[in-house]
Amino acid sequence: MLEIRWHSRAGQGAVTGAKGLADVISTTGKHVQAFAFYGSAKRGAAMTAYNRVDDEMIMNHEKYMEPDYVFVIDPALVYTSDVTINHKDTTKYIITTHLSKEELIKAQPKLEGKEVYTVDCIKIAQETIGRPIPNTPMLGAFMKISGMYDIEFFKESMQRILKKLPQKIIDANMVAIQRAYDEVK
Amino acid sequence: MAFDKMELREVEVWDGNFAAAQALRQAQVDVVSAYPITPSTPIVEGYAKFKSDNYVEGEFVMVESEHAAMSGCIGAAAAGGRVATATSSQGLALMSETLYQASGMRLPIVLNIVNRALAAPLNVNGDHSDMYMVRDSGWIQFDAFCPQEAYDLNFIAFKVSEDHDVRIPAIVNQDGFMTSHTAQGVKTLTDDEAYGFVGEYKPMNDMLDFDHPVTHGVQTEEDWHFEHKARQHNDMMTIVPGKIDEAFAEFEKLSGRKYNQVECYDMEDADVAVVCMGTSVETAREVAREMREQKGIKAGVVGLRVIRPFPFKAIGDALKDVKAVAALDRSAPGGAAGMLFNEIAGSLFNTDSKMLLSGYIYGLGGRDLTKKHLVDLYTELQANADAGKVLTQQQQFIGVRGPKLAYL
Repeated sequence: MLEIRWHSRAGQGAVTGAKGLADVISTTGKHVQAFAFYGSAKRGAAMTAYNRVDDEMIMNHEKYMEPDYVFVIDPALVYTSDVTINHKDTTKYIITTHLSKEELIKAQPKLEGKEVYTVDCIKIAQETIGRPIPNTPMLGAFMKISGMYDIEFFKESMQRILKKLPQKIIDANMVAIQRAYDEVK
Repeated sequence: MAFDKMELREVEVWDGNFAAAQALRQAQVDVVSAYPITPSTPIVEGYAKFKSDNYVEGEFVMVESEHAAMSGCIGAAAAGGRVATATSSQGLALMSETLYQASGMRLPIVLNIVNRALAAPLNVNGDHSDMYMVRDSGWIQFDAFCPQEAYDLNFIAFKVSEDHDVRIPAIVNQDGFMTSHTAQGVKTLTDDEAYGFVGEYKPMNDMLDFDHPVTHGVQTEEDWHFEHKARQHNDMMTIVPGKIDEAFAEFEKLSGRKYNQVECYDMEDADVAVVCMGTSVETAREVAREMREQKGIKAGVVGLRVIRPFPFKAIGDALKDVKAVAALDRSAPGGAAGMLFNEIAGSLFNTDSKMLLSGYIYGLGGRDLTKKHLVDLYTELQANADAGKVLTQQQQFIGVRGPKLAYL
C-alpha cells in the first residue's frame, strides 16, 4: 500500500490533483482511493487530501494515515500546519518553496533529519499556467522522486484527465509538469 | 434517440456521488426534482450537467426546498414517470413528511441519501443519523459501502421499487464524504447494459392515463387507514425480500457482482463478529483478516446491505453460532440502545443462540473509525467470548474524548 497526504489550501487543486493521480494509476490496473478533509472550509483554508494505492482492492476507509509521501503545495503551510504529523521513518516530503532545502529546514526544524525534496510549484504554475495552481507541477515532481511512471506516459495520461480544459491550458500544464520534474531537488 | 450515449471506460475513477449521478443518467430518469445540500449536491449537480450536455432526456426541476423536491417527485411519479432525487441530513429532515406520502401512495421513487449528521451542532460530515431518522418511513432502504455499490444499488433500487408487485419507493444510502467524496475504481456498465437491466418504465395507475382515471393522495380515517398500512407492511415483509433477491441475482448475471441482503465476510467459523453499515464494513473486513492472521482471533464482519425490510432471519442465521457480537451504530441513540443492537437482539431472541451482544456508538459527525479502534474492539469481543459473558456494560462509545461513557 502506497499512501500520500497532500497539504493544500482550499482552491489550490489538491482534490483535483489527488483524483487525477488516482485516475492515472488506475489505468495501470492498480486499485486507488482519493479523498479529502474539507468540511465546510472556505477558499484559502488549510486542508488535506489523500491517496491510497494498492495491488488489491482498498477496503480501508479510515482517515488516519501514516503517509509514505507528504506533498505540501502551499509554501506557508510548512509553518502553520503540522506537515510531519503521523510520519514514518521512511516518509518522504515534497515541499513547495522558494527556499533552498537548507534554508527550509532551518526555518522549520521539524523537517530536520527527514527526506525532504523541494520545488517551487507556485512559481512554476504562475510562469506556465498563469495562475498559482500548484497541483499538476507537484505530480511532475512526484514522478521524478518516486520513479512511478515514465514522465511521457504520465503527461499523456494527464492530457486525457485535463481534456475538458482549453488546449492552451492543457499545454501549459504539460510544461509545468515537466518543469517540476526537472527542477525538484 | 434524442439524447447522446456516453462512452465509459471499463473502470472509471469516480466518487460515490458521481457514480450515483451516472447511474441516474443510465437509468434514463424522467424527472429529477431536487434541492441541493452537502454532501449530496454533486449527485443532482452531475445529473443537471448531463441534462445540459444532452446526455439525458428527462426533466430537471429546481425547487425551493427539500419538501418541495420530494413533492415534485411524488407528483411526477403519480403522473407516471421514472423519478429520482438526492438529499442529506437537514434536507432529509425537511423532506421527511413527504417520504411518508410517497410510500403511503405506493409510488416508486429512488432517493439517494448521502448520510450526514443532524444538527445541532451543525456538521456536514458523515454519520447515519439521517438514515435512522427515516428508517420507519415505509421506504425500502439499501446501503452502499463504497462508490461501486452506490452505482450498482441505484439500478437495483429502480428495478425493485418499480416492480408492479412492489411499488414502494427505495432509498440508496452512502456515507457522506467517506463514500460520496472518495474516488475509487468503479466498474461500469455500458449505457445499453444498464438501461437493459433497469428496463423501460412501466406505469401503473398513472394520472396521465386519462382513459383510466385514478385518485392519488386520498384520505382514510379509522375505517381504512390501518388496512392500508398493514397491507403495505405485509408487502414489505413478504414480497419485497424475494424481489430484492431476484434483482440481486439478475444483477450478478449482468455484472458478476453479487449482493446479499446481509453481507457476511469471514463468518463461516467466526467466534467474534462486528455488525455495521457503510464504509465501516470494509474497514472492519480488513481488520478482521488481520486479526485472523496476526492474533489468531477468528473475527468476522456482517454488513447490512438492506436495512428495510430488515433481514431478520438472514441476520439471525449469520450470527446464531457466533460467540460474541458487537453492534455498531453510527447515530446518537437519544436515550435507548442503538438501532442495530435492538434489531439484532430481536433477531436472536426466542432462539437457541447463546450469542453475547454488546452495542457501540461510534463515528458521530464524521469522527474517524480507525483500524486501531477495531483491533481494540475485536480484542474486547474475544475477551467476552473467552469469559462466556459480556465483561463491559452493554452500551459503550468508540473514539469519543473525555471520561469513558458506558451504560446499560
